[in-house]
Amino acid sequence: MPELSASGAALGALAAAAVFATLVRGAALALVYPLCAVAALVLGAVDLRVLLTGTELTQQLPIGLPTIGLHLRLDPLSAFFGIVVNGGILAASVYGMGFDRAKELTRRVEPLFPLFAAAMNLVLLADDAYAFLFSWELMSLASWALVVARHADPESRRAAHLYLVMAAIGTAALLFAFGGLAGPAGGYAFDTMRGHPPQPMVAALVLAAALIGCGSKGGLVPLHAWLPLAHPAAPSHVSALMSGVMTKVAIYGFVRIAFDLLGPPAWWWALPPIILGALTAVLGLLYAVLDRDLKRVLAYSTIENVGVIFVALGLALAFRANGEHEAAAVAMAAALLHALNHSWFKSLLFLGAGAVLHATGRRDLDGLGGLIHRMPRTAAFFLVGALAASALPPLNGFVSEWLLFQAVIAAPALPQAALHFASPAIGAMLALAAALAAACFVRVYGTAFLGRPRSAEAAQAHDVPLAQQIAMGGLAFLCILGGLLGSVLATALAPVLADLVGGGLPRAGSGPTVFSLVAFDPARSVYDAPVIALFVAIASLTTLVVVHRLSARRTRRGPAWDCGFPDPSPATQYTASSFAQPLRRVYGTAAFAARETVVMPPPGDSQPARFSVVLVDHVWRALYAAPGRAVLGLSERLNALQFLTIRRYLVLMFAALVILLAIAAVTT
Amino acid sequence: MTGDLLVQFLAQGAQMTFVLLIAPLAVGVVRRVKARLMRRQGPPLLQGYFDLAKLLRKESVIAESASWLFRSAPYLIFALTWVAAALVPSFASGLMFNWAADVVALVALLGAARALLALAGMDVGTSFGGIGSSREMMIATLAEPAMMLIVLTLAIAAGTTRLAGVADFFLAEPFAVRVSLALSLVALVIVALAENARIPVDNPVTHLELTMVHEAMVLEYSGRHLALIEAASHLKLVLYISLLICLFAPFGMAPASAGVTGWLIGLAAWTAKLLFGAALLGLWEVSIAKMRVFRLPDFVGIAFVFGFLAILLAFLTRGVFA
Repeated sequence: MPELSASGAALGALAAAAVFATLVRGAALALVYPLCAVAALVLGAVDLRVLLTGTELTQQLPIGLPTIGLHLRLDPLSAFFGIVVNGGILAASVYGMGFDRAKELTRRVEPLFPLFAAAMNLVLLADDAYAFLFSWELMSLASWALVVARHADPESRRAAHLYLVMAAIGTAALLFAFGGLAGPAGGYAFDTMRGHPPQPMVAALVLAAALIGCGSKGGLVPLHAWLPLAHPAAPSHVSALMSGVMTKVAIYGFVRIAFDLLGPPAWWWALPPIILGALTAVLGLLYAVLDRDLKRVLAYSTIENVGVIFVALGLALAFRANGEHEAAAVAMAAALLHALNHSWFKSLLFLGAGAVLHATGRRDLDGLGGLIHRMPRTAAFFLVGALAASALPPLNGFVSEWLLFQAVIAAPALPQAALHFASPAIGAMLALAAALAAACFVRVYGTAFLGRPRSAEAAQAHDVPLAQQIAMGGLAFLCILGGLLGSVLATALAPVLADLVGGGLPRAGSGPTVFSLVAFDPARSVYDAPVIALFVAIASLTTLVVVHRLSARRTRRGPAWDCGFPDPSPATQYTASSFAQPLRRVYGTAAFAARETVVMPPPGDSQPARFSVVLVDHVWRALYAAPGRAVLGLSERLNALQFLTIRRYLVLMFAALVILLAIAAVTT
Repeated sequence: MTGDLLVQFLAQGAQMTFVLLIAPLAVGVVRRVKARLMRRQGPPLLQGYFDLAKLLRKESVIAESASWLFRSAPYLIFALTWVAAALVPSFASGLMFNWAADVVALVALLGAARALLALAGMDVGTSFGGIGSSREMMIATLAEPAMMLIVLTLAIAAGTTRLAGVADFFLAEPFAVRVSLALSLVALVIVALAENARIPVDNPVTHLELTMVHEAMVLEYSGRHLALIEAASHLKLVLYISLLICLFAPFGMAPASAGVTGWLIGLAAWTAKLLFGAALLGLWEVSIAKMRVFRLPDFVGIAFVFGFLAILLAFLTRGVFA
């Protein structure tokens, strides 16, 4: 099989790049990125070929565990996620080519980057539990090491520590899930697991474990706490990979287990992913809309998108369990397309944030502003990403959102009452999330790129090197193209959908035009992005021509009007914090118990007034801080046991012996 | 097929032009009714047209700190609103390119126009632009989900998300009394008030700094750019009134198969209903005061709750009877 050999060669090249980068120093490190880009191209090309031909490649290698070996398999599902992963790696590598050779390359980052890339590809190729868990751990550790690359910063260290703990919990859960799947006979290969679906009770436990394992990697609430700390702490092109791509590997893991290995679903399997996903979507954006750090806002938005994908997956499970294959295909297509679209626009946004960080040295939104004048290209690309992330037509984020809403309104066909109550609620939460996303990205773009610069650094920013502009421009192009040609992408998904849910979307061309995206039936739901875009383009160009004909056409530049009293100080602009204030008043009091305190000095006193906001993160408090405190408290109590007298130790041992004997006597 | 497509295209163009031309009149009716009820003379009915003509003739003053986004946004906002307005069936249900987009896309197109306007409001970097954008987006986070729930409810009732299909459904059985549709009506009226910056959510005639929402966002615009923004907001008003008419009072609308006579009847009926709707809006606006900004979540939240109840009922009844 030449395809798998090509993939193997590309993975070998990544490994070689990693080894090479550990050996050299200085400018030679820059060679890593072209190598990674070529490897990603090869891997992506193989994936694309497998997806389009709908074939399945398998390979067994005599490495790894003795007697078991290493099972590799590239089926349409892996190939689809492979395209997601390698697209992101390619963009991040091209971005990396623009790094300043003298200053920006370190041996803490460059050797780990190809390792991280290879590990993510390996997870997708793995066809037995051992290979899967091994590459999963490799992926976690490589990304952990990249997070801790800037270890001098205590924030980075804290983020890395939390990430390590959460990654360990996630892997432990996955280990448990695969244990359940392997069954008493202990079949490690995925093929064996597929042949012997577990008992319903075991299947439920496996599903829960998969949700914990993959959900913690993807950032599902309440396992999300590490993500907004760790993703921004890494270098920006790695942040793009972690947020845009690694979360998709987590989703791949869940799809692989829940749709492929676990056998025919029960309808109630749908409830946990739907409920957690909807909560994640709304909560992620509520965090995002109140945060003031550019990269952290993007990380929170990733949490939201992962939630949206899990909702779609849950709906697909529900439809599939009830034999509604067409609706299941719509929901599944929504999930997969959203994974692809999110990988594009989130990578773009993180690379854009990296460009801003590079140009200004700042990540705090309240210190930026006016970058559209100083960094015009980055600003234009970031705008495309921001509008795509807000799910606005005709960009790609809207295509998957549209499919998801089509799936939601097909839910009345389901017979279960619980789903009848749940579906409108998640419809409402998804709609709320979409509206909040628009508010969030208007806020981000409006404060960082529009207005006047709020700091000297922002005022003297400069656009980034060409390679980085190409990386962002390519992704922005994909966001536009994916928005217009959503129907083509949906058609390409056909083999994956047939494998996973046994159905498909109506063929391309069944709608009014070739590019119509059709859900269910052309008479029922059609979205034709090219026609809409064409009409908007015609309408705006006609307007432009007509208005210029009719109008005075005179334009004058003058000082801002601002109701007659423009203030030259940029501090009088709205900041990210002030933009969020109405949203905080409306949503923050309920979600985060937000409290504002204003300290006004008495009249005549020249002290400055003070204003502060307190937000309470209930999830962190209940699920992280409280158990953490409990463990600490318990260990402090138990600490006393280390300083007993010899007599007491002897008494303890004697008591233990008596208790054990008593137990033995009772049980036998 | 190509000839058919050409006719469709032309019919679509005619409808788009008509909607555009009548929009300032509808706003003129609202203003006139309000003025008469306040015992004022009021501006002439055609004042909307005069205003637009005046703005087009004037030069456009652009702030020094404005970027290309500020200058191009009005054209895009106008075009997006115009296309959205063209999607809503007005006098006939079957002639448009409404196969190209459905109710979900309609909500999203309006969302795109709003996001661009909010961005344009922040572009100059003044405090008023920011205040307007921030409040507009806050209101949108309440109104847009409500709108989405309403259209999903209608789509479930009609069994399709295509607007033409929804309109045909309501045309076929206009008097089917359903609780979920009644709830949708209340919710849609509230959303329409919020989205069009009408009292009690916003006051279109105010320039009192601290109460502005929409007006604060467009404060920096002048000349032809302001004309486009104004025209877009007129179009949006017509869009929402048309939507209410199409869903809850569709009688007279020409069905898909109607000929030219049917279209003319539909046109007359739609124009009459549109102007009546505008007059009702004027009556509503003089009988209620504007709310404080932070009372708005309660008011627009009602729409969200009603929309949610409507879709819940739609789900449950479909589940029982279907």
